[in-house]
Amino acid sequence: MIVADRKPLDEILRSVAGFKKIMVMGCGGCVTVCLSGGAKSAEILAAEIRMSRQKYGNPIETVLNTPERQCEHEFIDAPKKEIDEAEAVLSTACGVGVQAMAERYPDKVVVPALNTKFMGYPTSHGLWEERCAGCGDCVLEWTGGQCPIARCAKKLLNGPCGGSHSGLCEVSTKENEVPCVWQLIHDRLTRLGKLDNLKVVRAPKDWRTSTNAGQRKVRFEEAEI
Amino acid sequence: MKSGSRLEKVLTAGKFAVTSELGPPPSADGDAIRKKAEFCLGKVDGINITDNQTAVVRMSSIGAATIAISCGLEPVIQMVCRDRNRIAMQSDILGAAALGVKNILLLSGDHQKFGNHPQSKNVYDLDSIQLISMVKGMRDEKKFQSGDPIKDHEPQMFIGAVENPFADPFEFRVARLAKKAEAGADFIQTQCIFDLPKFTRWMEMVVKQGIHKQVHIMAGMTPVRSAKALHYMKNEVAGMSIPDELIKRMEAAKDPKEEGVAICVEMIAAVRKIEGVAGIHLMPIGWESIAPVLLEKAGLLPRPEV
Repeated sequence: MIVADRKPLDEILRSVAGFKKIMVMGCGGCVTVCLSGGAKSAEILAAEIRMSRQKYGNPIETVLNTPERQCEHEFIDAPKKEIDEAEAVLSTACGVGVQAMAERYPDKVVVPALNTKFMGYPTSHGLWEERCAGCGDCVLEWTGGQCPIARCAKKLLNGPCGGSHSGLCEVSTKENEVPCVWQLIHDRLTRLGKLDNLKVVRAPKDWRTSTNAGQRKVRFEEAEI
Repeated sequence: MKSGSRLEKVLTAGKFAVTSELGPPPSADGDAIRKKAEFCLGKVDGINITDNQTAVVRMSSIGAATIAISCGLEPVIQMVCRDRNRIAMQSDILGAAALGVKNILLLSGDHQKFGNHPQSKNVYDLDSIQLISMVKGMRDEKKFQSGDPIKDHEPQMFIGAVENPFADPFEFRVARLAKKAEAGADFIQTQCIFDLPKFTRWMEMVVKQGIHKQVHIMAGMTPVRSAKALHYMKNEVAGMSIPDELIKRMEAAKDPKEEGVAICVEMIAAVRKIEGVAGIHLMPIGWESIAPVLLEKAGLLPRPEV
């Protein structure tokens, strides 16, 4: 899933400072699950904005709507009337949802309420961790299902650097422990009896499948109309 | 000869080699290089010029190396994967070779969070093993990483790499060394050694697999000036192993600088006895002037004729 985190309220207030009526648009997808942008989060945010604006004598009207997913046109077309009546849309979706809204409503100001962080999942209650960088050329087959592109601070492909210590990455601090994914890969391949995978000298990665060749597309011809 | 460098000649002649390190200044002060070069002139077989070490911006390794050459030293330029992609790396290697650089040491590089621009974006287009393989390909196959031919004047570099016997997972450290040898490293400089028993165990595994016959292994040595420096390395530097006895010995010393030198001389004598150790690499971090004193005391001067 896509994991996102709410922006500081001050920053959000600045982005809607010039408006008297906004649509606060939640998303029923990933950000609902990671508790940052679902219907409830959108409602709380709208209340915070109204209270803050009221306090400074500059009230704002908020309208709420949370489509099933903000990243598909068919879901965001439904509340067209309310969106047209608002001066701007404050989206609590990930960056994909914000852009889908901006594309579908070309004359409307659409601003983000979240910082989109990564693709990952909850490893414990209230904690989400990054797992995939979307590099476009998956290596999980030989790494024991643990990704060095998303989880190694240097995106190494030939094993841990000299900074791996006690299972931790060299960027790790006491306040923020970051595991060394290469230690995890080493451990898991040992367990699976596949440590020889790490003896192979891995060739330089072809980054063209990643974010270096401009915006990427995936086409599924059978689904095209 | 792959490069014809003095370091290559000493190592291939089976003589105990010595390299030291010179950190370029965080300014455009060429005299700082000339001054530090004086300490080592005629006393080492090669001088490493670090590449923005600990991710702090400094004069470029190649720029400083050019000054070192003009002083009569043979530099070992360091190149890290953090700041350049394969295009910039190959371009710099061609430039360095044209300026007379014959040795290169290839590393991953410290993460930028340790330096003075933690906000920067790192590159890591290649990792250190891929970089070794690329430089070997340029030299031996006369090819760029893309496969395009280098029609003439291929860069003839003596290729170095590093290994940290004290990082984790310990068992993988020998396998990683083997990968570096397979990728094309000619020599290895290790992380500085304070934990002699652990280094000895690592070397035993290296010798058992015969890797010391594929690459020349140079043991990293760092003289310390205070117990505080040891404490710092133990607590703040990832992948360092500092025995408590050593800290106690430095704390008890009346003259810590003298004791630091004595410890380093003892350590050099000890690693010389370990099978498979072909030389030492001195890293007198910020204390370059001590290099000739240490080498004299360790009986490594004068350097052999090659």
